[in-house]
Amino acid sequence: MPDKTELAQDPAKPSIDDPILVADNVTRTFGGLKAVDVEHVEIPRGKITALIGPNGAGKTTFFNLLTGFDEADTGTWTFNGRSIANTPAHKVARLGMVRTFQLTKVLSKLSVLENMRLAATGQKGEKFFSALFSGLWSGQEKANTERARELLARFKLDAKEDDFAGSLSGGQRKLLEMARALMVEPELVMLDEPMAGVNPALKQSLLGHVKSLREDGMTVLFVEHDMDMVRDISDHVIVMAQGKVIAQGTPDQVMGDQRVIDAYLGEHHDTDITQERDPSAAPETEAR
Amino acid sequence: MDTIESALRAAIGIQAVYFCLAAIGLNVQFGYAGLLNFGQAGFLAVGAYAFAVSVASFDLPFFVAIFVGLAATALLALILGIPTLRLRADYLAIATIAAAEVIRLFFGASFKDYFNGRDGVSQFSTAFQEANPFSGPVLGFRPDDFWVMVVGWTLVLLSSLLLLLLMRSPWGRVLKAIREDEEAVRSLGKNVYSYKMQALVLGGLIGCLGGFILAFGQNSVQPDNFSSDLTFIVYTMLILGGAARIFGPIFGAVVFWGSLSLISGILGDLTAGDNPILPTWLITDQQIGSVRFMIVGIALILLMIFRPQGVFGDRKEIALDAR
Ligand SMILES: Nc1ncnc2c1ncn2[C@@H]1O[C@H](COP(=O)(O)OP(=O)(O)OP(=O)(O)O)[C@@H](O)[C@H]1O
Ligand SMILES: [Mg+2]
Repeated sequence: MPDKTELAQDPAKPSIDDPILVADNVTRTFGGLKAVDVEHVEIPRGKITALIGPNGAGKTTFFNLLTGFDEADTGTWTFNGRSIANTPAHKVARLGMVRTFQLTKVLSKLSVLENMRLAATGQKGEKFFSALFSGLWSGQEKANTERARELLARFKLDAKEDDFAGSLSGGQRKLLEMARALMVEPELVMLDEPMAGVNPALKQSLLGHVKSLREDGMTVLFVEHDMDMVRDISDHVIVMAQGKVIAQGTPDQVMGDQRVIDAYLGEHHDTDITQERDPSAAPETEAR
Repeated sequence: MDTIESALRAAIGIQAVYFCLAAIGLNVQFGYAGLLNFGQAGFLAVGAYAFAVSVASFDLPFFVAIFVGLAATALLALILGIPTLRLRADYLAIATIAAAEVIRLFFGASFKDYFNGRDGVSQFSTAFQEANPFSGPVLGFRPDDFWVMVVGWTLVLLSSLLLLLLMRSPWGRVLKAIREDEEAVRSLGKNVYSYKMQALVLGGLIGCLGGFILAFGQNSVQPDNFSSDLTFIVYTMLILGGAARIFGPIFGAVVFWGSLSLISGILGDLTAGDNPILPTWLITDQQIGSVRFMIVGIALILLMIFRPQGVFGDRKEIALDAR
């Protein structure tokens, strides 16, 4: 452990009261590479938390582990105080913890509106026998459609509702995926680089939207490389490098932290971290 | 005229019906849910044999035997699905193609007291034919055959209606979404495994109805009825008509068997007699049986080039794959 005089608190020490998610000793190795080696992490409830770190730091892998899309070698984690380590992905989502993917996964041959409707929870029409009788589910479907249209309007996708999702542009797919995740009405929404490829004007309005999620009582955890944005909207920042959490704290605490600056900038200690948009020249690595 | 007439009869004949049911079942699995079932022949075989043996060896009443056939098919789907549906799509393909061959060989070689080896099982249609309301030939079909066709096309109609309702519902939407991207569906809280299992069982059960029709149509079942050719012809028909379309398999079955018969009819005319129209160095009447499949194959290749979505498919959907 490095010495403990830094501004940011030591990652191993819990400090937040009533965290929505707590993870301990989560590890995942790929061959010889320890992609994730997280000793302790807490996500504060009702806040916006940013997960940052250089390319290949293990952020996406950590997302995959927490949400049941990958199996951890070791570790325990709880959501709302309930242990969900190695719970199947769909059960994690049903508990109210919904994630998006860095490489967008829209359902191309479904219309934009159908993508949204699919995400609604507790649909009676999704059960085999009630599916046969439209009277049993058409009311619910109508309500879901209304909610879907509201969300689509907020994400500027309302004009596209009848198009195949596969015909959307890269940025629009990001937007659809975020809107679709909200359709699940999650308590904790985990966004993996939600703003990548979204144009600056829309980004601003989306930032406002993410903030409004917090006002609605939702907890947001997002991965982002844009430091200005992180500083702008996050209440709490977790920094990962080489699989480990090297700092957590408020944006100001974390960005002044020597370990963070080292991880991001290597030798160039004197450069202001916020000027460095793309923190690493390492080739893009993608987890599923 | 005879050629066209017999082509039309082949298009709606017993073979077309049971292939059609097999294709409707496969449409649920492969067309809508994206499951690579390469063992549809096995589902038909288990259904047909379970029914046939129940009647021939155990004297079970007709509907009990039907139930046994359906239950055995559902069991097969579960046995194949439980270990493979959590894995990548190719595992199901390998498991099903192997299982279908094992099933065929098993019926041909084991429990000879019940399955009678390659001779197969017969003497089980009495109850079915006793219910036959037709006594004379209809449209040139024997009354026994026509009764099988009526029941068969009714089953086609009913299962198509069932699919129409299902695929318009949120249940069908989940299935289509799974075909696109399982992980996205999982991330939205749907139990993908359970839906894939439901699709595999439902598709198998519809295929099993095809097995029953095959059995009634032939009055017997032999292991060779269920070779993997059956599965591949079913795929051909489904792709010809258009996968994930309600009418796809019906159109595919009718057109496939109709044109196969039309081609052999025409070739038969052209090669008949002592001085045939087509020279004997090119083709003789003994070669028609294989040449007709070659011509159908060429037609399919052309179809795939010019209309890859099949006759009923949506071109825009296919275009999305290229993005
Ligand atoms: N399925 C896999 N097989 C092998 N190695 C993997 C796999 N997934 C991730 N890795 C490795 O684990 C490390 C962490 O990858 P991860 O995708 O989690 O990084 P990241 O922090 O999300 O990076 P980025 O900011 O570029 O998205 C990388 O070195 C990557 O090569
Ligand atoms: Mg990543």
